[in-house]
Amino acid sequence: MAYVPPARHLLRARDLADARYFEPLGVDDLARAAGLSRAHFSREFRRAFGESPHAYLLTRRLERAAALLRTTDRSVADICFSVGLQSVGSFTTSFTRTFEMSPTAYRAAFPPAADRALIPTCVLRVYGRPQNRTFREDKVAARA
Amino acid sequence: MIRIANAQLWVHDQDEALAFYTKKLGMQVRSDVTLPEMGNFRWLTVSPPGQEDVAIVLMAIPGPPVMDEETAKQVRDLVAKGFAGTVFLTTDDCQASYEELKGRGVEFTETPEERPYGVDSAFRDPSGNSIRLTQVREMAAV
Repeated sequence: MAYVPPARHLLRARDLADARYFEPLGVDDLARAAGLSRAHFSREFRRAFGESPHAYLLTRRLERAAALLRTTDRSVADICFSVGLQSVGSFTTSFTRTFEMSPTAYRAAFPPAADRALIPTCVLRVYGRPQNRTFREDKVAARA
Repeated sequence: MIRIANAQLWVHDQDEALAFYTKKLGMQVRSDVTLPEMGNFRWLTVSPPGQEDVAIVLMAIPGPPVMDEETAKQVRDLVAKGFAGTVFLTTDDCQASYEELKGRGVEFTETPEERPYGVDSAFRDPSGNSIRLTQVREMAAV
């Protein structure tokens, strides 16, 4: 049996977040995919990828939501549910905190551009995923 | 004239990688040479049938003195985290290739989907390297 670095299992969990973000997926499901207990998983994931699995999953969903806002005319509520989030209120809050504007303002700011270069979707997903923002950032910055 | 001959991927285990790339992906071994005089260094390359002038080198992550233990661990971890590179494969029928590979036990991270540039899907090799499988749309001549 080949040696498998522990990070390979964490990657499996991250792949699951990328592949099935639109389902009601949570950190428990990701931990299960990695074969680790939830607390241990969250710690190891953060150590490997520099952010919590919760933040990774949320920013993947926000990235997908942002893409749908830019490229479709579907409603904000519809987009919220179709990226696996359950509450339009908390979606709007997370989105606004992350992109520094509301979903509707974001849509207005980025009219669809059909003449863009044809960049592979995997690249767009990796580079489009926003930095997670919390309300505690100022404190972290002050401590640094 | 400069041409691409081989491009190298780090793998955690050459036998495991060999089985994956040949038995599951259907590639062929282009060379498999072990050099006892060089610490049993194994030059292992594979490529798809019909494409014999370009190959993927399935390279084991070496230990000292080639690579110090700390660097080797970093490379192993980078591969396992999926940040060591991507192989972009093309197919003339993404859905059919997807079904075929799935039937052989390849776990896809992205099922075939329509993109502006074609039909695209993705999976990983056992080490964590990302592999994309794309049916590229014919672009109208500009």
